[in-house]
This record gives sequence, structure tokens and C-alpha cells, in this order.
Amino acid sequence: MTAIPQKIGESRLLSATSKLEKWPWWILAIALAAVLIIFAIITSPFYQDAFNFIKEGVLTTIRVTIIAYGLSMVGGLILGLGRVSKNVVYYNLSTLYVEVVRGIPMLVIILYGAFVVVPLSLDLLNGLGAWLAGFAPLAGFGNALQSFNIQQVDMASRATAGLAMGYAAFEAEVFRAGIQSIEKGQMEAARSLGMTYFQAMQHVILPQALRRVLPPLGNDLIAMLKDSSLISVLAVRDITQLGKLYRARSFRSFEAYNTMAFLYLSMTLSLSMLVKFIERRMSREHQS
Amino acid sequence: MSTSPDPIIQIDNVFKNFGKIKALQGVSTTVTRGEVLVIIGPSGSGKSTLLRCINMLEHPDSGNIVVDGLSVMHKDTNINQVRAEVGIVFQQFNLFPHLSVLENIMLAQRIVRKRKPEEAKQVALQQLKYVGIPEKADAFPAQLSGGQQQRVAIARSLAMNPRIMLFDEPTSALDPEMIKEVLDVMVELAKGGMTMVVVSHEMGFVRAAADRILFMDQGRMIEEGSPDSFFNNPREERTQAFLSKIL
Repeated sequence: MTAIPQKIGESRLLSATSKLEKWPWWILAIALAAVLIIFAIITSPFYQDAFNFIKEGVLTTIRVTIIAYGLSMVGGLILGLGRVSKNVVYYNLSTLYVEVVRGIPMLVIILYGAFVVVPLSLDLLNGLGAWLAGFAPLAGFGNALQSFNIQQVDMASRATAGLAMGYAAFEAEVFRAGIQSIEKGQMEAARSLGMTYFQAMQHVILPQALRRVLPPLGNDLIAMLKDSSLISVLAVRDITQLGKLYRARSFRSFEAYNTMAFLYLSMTLSLSMLVKFIERRMSREHQS
Repeated sequence: MSTSPDPIIQIDNVFKNFGKIKALQGVSTTVTRGEVLVIIGPSGSGKSTLLRCINMLEHPDSGNIVVDGLSVMHKDTNINQVRAEVGIVFQQFNLFPHLSVLENIMLAQRIVRKRKPEEAKQVALQQLKYVGIPEKADAFPAQLSGGQQQRVAIARSLAMNPRIMLFDEPTSALDPEMIKEVLDVMVELAKGGMTMVVVSHEMGFVRAAADRILFMDQGRMIEEGSPDSFFNNPREERTQAFLSKIL
């Protein structure tokens, strides 16, 4: 009995020193850098100038990221269900898409989406419209489809479509892994109660799988925020494009790129903290 | 009560291979309404496979199985309709961990039987009472003991009002002190007239409820008979060898 309090005291002493070792010093470094940049933005007219110019791109970056992420989730779920499907056509089409798209650089996928897939889809819509215009009750709708024009679709939307196309392949693999991580007995139990395959997916497998893949999905959101900088090659005025423009205008590379990096880092770090928070809450929920 | 044979499951010359493993090699038997059939045999003898063929979790390679007038091999048979009439309880319980006990029992009632939530809830509470754990309605599977989980699994199947209940080694994954609470429910169910096919080596259950015993080895039926004749006068050598090991 007497040995126990002594032991607690010892471990406290140890943990006090090890706490100092485990302390996340890198956060301190980042915080310090952030304070320096913020200080520079407030005090230095050059930094102020760069910041005011580039900050206009923040909204574009966020908007493109959120829309492309939403689209890639929908596409990824459809493809992911195909990856675990027993239907030969569905499985092979999904796998083909995933393997092809994952093997091509994201920048190429964005260019391809913006300049090939989106115009081609519009051509198809026009063709469909011309066909529908022949039917009296659908003529109005057909004419509307026919009048769609590639000039009406701005570069930001085309770039967003490209980004979503690329990420759909990655999300598909996340969903596939999540679905396959659920024990086989769950599907068997659901089917043995008379549910169809899709009822079992919807009510039993996916709710569990989604909970498990939330952390990787969160990481992909962060990755997509970073990859959204690629759309600057299409002259979409996001953070990167405006930073490049500012540097070209002022030749102040330091100010331009420091501000860019600062803006991206503040967004990605807060997002990753959010993901960690959700992860911790979920694991606690799972234990109870 | 009824002495006239009223077949509810007819298994006719069923074969099933898993690659090179011959799981079932021409098994035939008939289960009559209200009968409790217990299948025993060494591991790998095909008894679980036979059970899983009855509700089409496995597809026989050849032969036929007719469940309550519907052939599970026939293309026009709606498998989900058959499955809704045949409850199965697994060794690993397979409760849905993301749903509460009540929701576990309500889910299939609502989407397969199309019952209204209030009705499904009432049936669920009634079945929970039947298996003896009405107080666990709002708990989650992870908060229950193995025996309680298995009883919820039984309640989940019973809530569909099945005509047949299959049990695939329902007590094999349980701690010894929890086996009895599950067996008690099963005996109660058998006494209530439920048609049951049970894969189990629990002699307590066999003695209390079995009408007929079927002994399988290497995908073949070796011997079948009433518990009395089966245990006291086994005809086959293979049966005698098996019984001498487990009794």
C-alpha cells in the first residue's frame, strides 16, 4: 500500500520532463512566423499592398474547393459503389475510370476537363436539345438546351469540373476501402432479414463506412484546397494566380509568395485541426 | 400436435463446392412444420453450409431446396421474400453497431415489411420482452454482453414473424456463463411450435428441444434419427466415434 503513492509521485516527475520533450515546438515556430507575417502586413506598406491584392483570391479558392469537393464526393460514391459491385459492367467501368484518372497528373486532368470534357458535354447537350426540339411538348426545353454555349461557361466552372473529375477517382478508393472494412457479417445479416443489396448498403453498410472514412475524407479536403492552386494555369483569379500577377506587376517576389504561403497555410492548418478534432470525438464516441 | 407430415423445407440432393473443397455432396432431408432439427458434426462437415443454403446465403451448385413452397433455385423466386420468412441467427451475432437495440429490431420491419414506425416499435418491444431484456431497448450493441447481443439478434429475426428460424452455432462465441440464457430462449421458441434448424453441439438444447438429429461428415449425411435412438444406439461407426469424443 505504501508503495503506490510513491509510484504516482515518480511517474509525475517523469511525465513533467517528458511533457516538455513531447511539446509541439513546430507549432510555436509556425505561430511565430504567422505573427511576423501579420506584423509585416500591418506595418510594411509593401506587404500590405501584396496582401490587399492577393486576398481577393481567397474567396475564389474556397468556392472552387467546396464545389469541386462536393461534386467529387458524389462522383466518388458512385464510383466507389461500382468498385465493390458484382455487376461486371459497373465494376469494370468504375475501375477503368479510377485507374486511368489516378495515373494522370492532376494538372493534366484539370486541363483535360476544362478543354475536352466540358466542351464535349456541352456539344452532347446541344445535340440532345436539337433532338428534343423535334418533339412538340419538349420543344421549349430542347431549344433551351440547344442554345447552351461554351462561352457561357466561365473558366472557374470548367476548372472546378476538372478538379472534381480528378478527385472523384481518389474519393472512390476511399469509399471502396471504407465499404470493404465493414465485416461481411453485416451485409449477410441485412440480406438475411430480406433487405435488397441497395437497402443493406443504404441502411447498414454506408452509415458505418462513412464514419470510418471521415478522417481520410477530411485529409482529401485539405489536399484539394492545396491542389486548387493548379487552376491558376487557366487564369482563374485564385490566391495563386493573384500572387503571380502581383509579383509580375511589382517584382516583389518575397512579399508576394510569403503572403500566398501564409494564406494557404492558415487555411490548411485550421482545417487539419478541425479534422483532428472530429477524429478524436468520433473515436471517443466509438468507445462508449 | 399434427401427426400428418407437413413439409416446410425440402432439401433434395444438394451439392456445393468451394473451389476444390466439397462442402455438400448430395444432401437430402425434409423438415416438417414445427419440427426442431439439430445438425451436428465435426468442423468442415458442411453443416453451416447446408444451413446457409436454406436462405440462399450460399447458392447450391445443383439439387433443389424448397422453402414453404418456393424453390430457392428457381429464377422467378424472389429471394428477399424467402429470406424475410426465414430468420437466421449467426455465431457472431452481427448486430448493426451504429443502431440502438430498438433500431436494430425495427430496421428490417420498416423497410422490408413496410410497417409504420409505431407498429415496428411495438413489435420490437414485445420481442425484447420475449427474450428477457426489455430494459436494453435504448442501449447500443457494444454496451451489451455476448449473451444479450445474441438475444437481441434472435429478437431481430423474430420481429419479422418468420416461419422458420435457422441457428448457426448460436452459442459458440459466448462465454460459458452466457450460454444458458440464449439456450433458454431457444427452448422456449421450440416449445412455442417454431420450425427450427439448429447447428449446435449444445447437448442441453438437444435434450430439451430436439425432435430429430442429423449427423454430417465431409459433406454427407451419415445418420439421422430421434435424439433417443441417436445417442443410445448410433448405427454408424463414424457417429459412434464422434459421439465418444463429444459426450
